[in-house]
Amino acid sequence: MNVLEKISLYFQYSYVQNAFIVGVLVALCSALLGVTLVLKRFSFIGDGLSHVAFGGIAIASVVGLSNNMLLVLPITVISAVLLLRAGQNAKIKGDAAIAMFSVGALACGYLLMNLFSTSANLSGDVCSTLFGSTSILTLSAADVWLCIGLSAVVLLVFVLFYNKIFSVTFDENFAAATGTRTGAYNLLIALLIAAVIVLAMNLVGSLLISALVIFPALSAMRLFKSFKAVTLCSACLSVVCAGVGLLTALLADTPVGSTIVAVDIAVFFVCWIIGAVGRRG
Amino acid sequence: MALLTCDHVALGYDGREIVSDLSFTVNTGDYLCIVGENGSGKTTLMKALLGLHRPLRGRIETGDGLRQQQIGYLPQQTDVQRDFPATVKEIVLSGCLGRKGFHPFYTASEKQLAHSAMHMLGICGLAGRCYRELSGGQQQRVLLARALCATQKLLLLDEPVAGLDPKATAEMYELVHTLNKEKRLTVIMISHDLAAALPYASHVLHIGEQLFFGSVDDYRTCFTKGGHLA
Repeated sequence: MNVLEKISLYFQYSYVQNAFIVGVLVALCSALLGVTLVLKRFSFIGDGLSHVAFGGIAIASVVGLSNNMLLVLPITVISAVLLLRAGQNAKIKGDAAIAMFSVGALACGYLLMNLFSTSANLSGDVCSTLFGSTSILTLSAADVWLCIGLSAVVLLVFVLFYNKIFSVTFDENFAAATGTRTGAYNLLIALLIAAVIVLAMNLVGSLLISALVIFPALSAMRLFKSFKAVTLCSACLSVVCAGVGLLTALLADTPVGSTIVAVDIAVFFVCWIIGAVGRRG
Repeated sequence: MALLTCDHVALGYDGREIVSDLSFTVNTGDYLCIVGENGSGKTTLMKALLGLHRPLRGRIETGDGLRQQQIGYLPQQTDVQRDFPATVKEIVLSGCLGRKGFHPFYTASEKQLAHSAMHMLGICGLAGRCYRELSGGQQQRVLLARALCATQKLLLLDEPVAGLDPKATAEMYELVHTLNKEKRLTVIMISHDLAAALPYASHVLHIGEQLFFGSVDDYRTCFTKGGHLA
């Protein structure tokens, strides 16, 4: 059986179709926001929030919620708002606040799981939450619809506020001085990130989400020079990488999350070389 | 009525007062140069004029039908911008955003406005170029064009010649002078380089140990006698 036949066989299974839908949507949303995050020097917020989401999942599994999204989404959104506030507060600097949140949530989450977990395979649970090893292939219909709905909201908001997000990213002081409510837009960006991170937990697990946010944006920045082109390129690269990564993971039987990230890294180096050669030529 | 009035304003951070009892007025067509030592509160004052920073005491009022959001602002460059992938056109257009309210996309008239601002500053040829690849002088022109999209009346410039070579510095001063004279734009400029900025200015505000506000001629007489003129 050649590779193509194998792929078409896989696609007859609904769990593979679901994985693809969710994978592509998550990759698209995270890449769009990634450009803004990287340029605003907010890359680590994604990382911090993903660890918070891990803590949220730990609580959800301890409490015994069947759909842990209901708890994880609000917790992550609240943390996003708090982190953003902390970034503006001079008393605890933004990076320190993120580090604090991030390791704190990770430690407490693991502690909670250890103390109260009823599962027989604790380390397996933790591992799949951190690295998303198989959860993408065991999505329920409700998960898929939630993902489609949240992605649609993220995409719509991003398109509607694209120009304002650009302005706030490029020069917050100017935007504020000329009457754009920068505080509100920063909050909006934080809310979108929180939503994307909760979505991405299923795909790559909480430790690897930052890669999905950062790599496509950085790759696109090597190649293009306008904000629009970078945003579009970042979205395309991310979707292609997620697709290729998922297929590779299925065919070679490797962990989905880390395979996608590995493809992202490879593409980054290719873009970096093309960019370097282009500048010299 | 004056375009901008500062009435016994005190400025500072965390309860510490940097500038106190500052009063001055700016009328349409004025060219005010704000000078003072480092840390004397020049940038803080500018942020207060823009409504980004609340004065500790006193009032800042706009008049002549000017709203605070209609002040064009040329900020000092930030680290973020030096490495930012954006074309000149994208940046200049973003100057129109303040006036749009909720409307998500640019209209044809706003694109026209951006084009004429670029034309005025001689950067039409750069429209598709990447901002980070431009020279310092060109970058300042781009930011000035963006400010022109935001205002028809009042321009605030925060050290517009910082980091520019002598030729670009002279061009920048000439450009601002032209906008002031021909477009009747009121200009408020923070400057380090008193000797270069004064010939163009109509009024001077000196903040720091000594407060001074008045016409350039008064400033010259007042400070040359004491031998303080830089």
